[in-house]
Amino acid sequence: MLEINHISKTFNPGTVNEKTALSGLTLRLDEGEFVTIVGSNGAGKSTLFNAIAGDFYVDEGSITLAGEDLTYLPAYRRSRRMGRLFQDPMRGTAPHMTIEENLALAYLRTAKQQRAFFSRVSRRDKEFFREQLSRLDMGLEDRMHQPVGLLSGGQRQALTLLMATMVPPRLLLLDEHTAALDPGTADKVLRLTREIVSESGITCLMITHNMKNALELGSRTLMMDGGRIVLDIGGTERQGLTVDDLLARFRAGAGKDLDNDRILLS
Amino acid sequence: MLYIVQTALELGFQYALVAMALFLSYRVLDIADLTTDGCFVLGAAVSVTLAAAGHPILAVPAAMAAGACAGFVTAFLQTKLGVPSILAGIVTNTGLYTVNLMAMGWKSNQALLKQETIFTLFRNTGVGGSWNAILLSGAVTLLAGGLLVLFLGTRLGLSIRATGDNRDMVRASSINPTFTVTVGLCVANALTGLSGAVVGQAQKSADINSGTGIVVIGLACLIIGETIVGRSSMLRGAVAVIVGSILYRLVYALVLYTKVVPVDCLKLVTAVVVALAIAAPTLKSWAAFQARKRKALAARKEVE
Repeated sequence: MLEINHISKTFNPGTVNEKTALSGLTLRLDEGEFVTIVGSNGAGKSTLFNAIAGDFYVDEGSITLAGEDLTYLPAYRRSRRMGRLFQDPMRGTAPHMTIEENLALAYLRTAKQQRAFFSRVSRRDKEFFREQLSRLDMGLEDRMHQPVGLLSGGQRQALTLLMATMVPPRLLLLDEHTAALDPGTADKVLRLTREIVSESGITCLMITHNMKNALELGSRTLMMDGGRIVLDIGGTERQGLTVDDLLARFRAGAGKDLDNDRILLS
Repeated sequence: MLYIVQTALELGFQYALVAMALFLSYRVLDIADLTTDGCFVLGAAVSVTLAAAGHPILAVPAAMAAGACAGFVTAFLQTKLGVPSILAGIVTNTGLYTVNLMAMGWKSNQALLKQETIFTLFRNTGVGGSWNAILLSGAVTLLAGGLLVLFLGTRLGLSIRATGDNRDMVRASSINPTFTVTVGLCVANALTGLSGAVVGQAQKSADINSGTGIVVIGLACLIIGETIVGRSSMLRGAVAVIVGSILYRLVYALVLYTKVVPVDCLKLVTAVVVALAIAAPTLKSWAAFQARKRKALAARKEVE
């Protein structure tokens, strides 16, 4: 499904600020896999997502999604096949546009709509949006004509999740998407994520600093350090693994303790 | 008095198209597009020159197309070549000076004597009586406004609005922001060109300097209109620029008539009004902070 072959990226090469963010990283995901990623500060987790989404082009290596070479495609072309959520709930929605207009934009991703520049939001689309919103169970279906800027962070993040998955993407990238939410809301958004992802069988990569979530969710856990994947645990090996086991395995793999000031060990 | 109102309505409708263009570029796309001044003259030059050649109706779409081309250049500079957006407009604007001279046959002005214009053609139909110029200007502006509001409700229009609102999100929705910025600036400058075309034919002349300060006046109209009508929706925004423009021209005409402010000072007064209006939120929060500080310090002194 997703094949990442030996990608490397160095920022500010040749200057004092030179930083190797990714070094020869290789990763292979099967269709429908839900993979969690943990790692120390500056391990390159978000950089990996930026590379996949096309915020920059990698220096070396290649990225393929469902048989299509993405390596040199610009970000907006890649997003046709990809959904992405950031930690900051403000980044995924347009605040001065209504909920309905935001959903209409996200709906553009379907191949059918791609060239219909002058088409307007039809009644059938509206009905579909309302139906989709009601599953969030936040009462947003009755606020379709309000600007998104009036919603809370949790509501905006739930809406962004819906926008990213309404047309099931080939790949969903979740970059600590519940980290900025209060615990109750975070749980709700996480539950929604799990539901939606398993329902549509979406291939998903999720960065988290919550070690418990990392082991509970999905079917496979990666640990990153220094721009590489130092640990890749899946299948039966992962069952019954505790957070302490994971930390011990990290120490063995990376040769040092996991160093992340935001990590939650509970 | 009636004459003042008629003049204000006519000019208000004609120049409202510039404010409408700024509504699209400055408000919707969040880009300060300084192509406006030169683009307005370009519209007038193309329109008057073509009318002089005997094609007053063809002159209008031609002026719009010329404006769109100017907008394309500005958009190309900022999206593809990384020129900062304000500078891109200034660069295009400077280049347009020569283009405008060229469009008028290397003269600094072009006048229409006995040739037909869209206004004389419309007057000859007899519709509207002495209000015919206002009727035609109003019809053009309302039509353009209506089409703009409809356009902003289409998927392409929504994409353009989102580009000004949250560019990250636009990219993540598989929309190419380069494309939306380009389309937006082309449409905005087509509107500016249309304004120039209508004004040029109404005044039967185009002058190389007629665009100076148009962008500031347009902003003034935009802000006046939004203060009165509000800006909660695209329809309100489009109505606001028309109302703002007519009010501005009314005040302008009254000032000219009563001579409260010397005519030579009008641009300075406009600039000050625009600067103050745009600075208003900052000034308001500064004043609120000072008031709060004074109150807190006074309360502290009382305790002592």
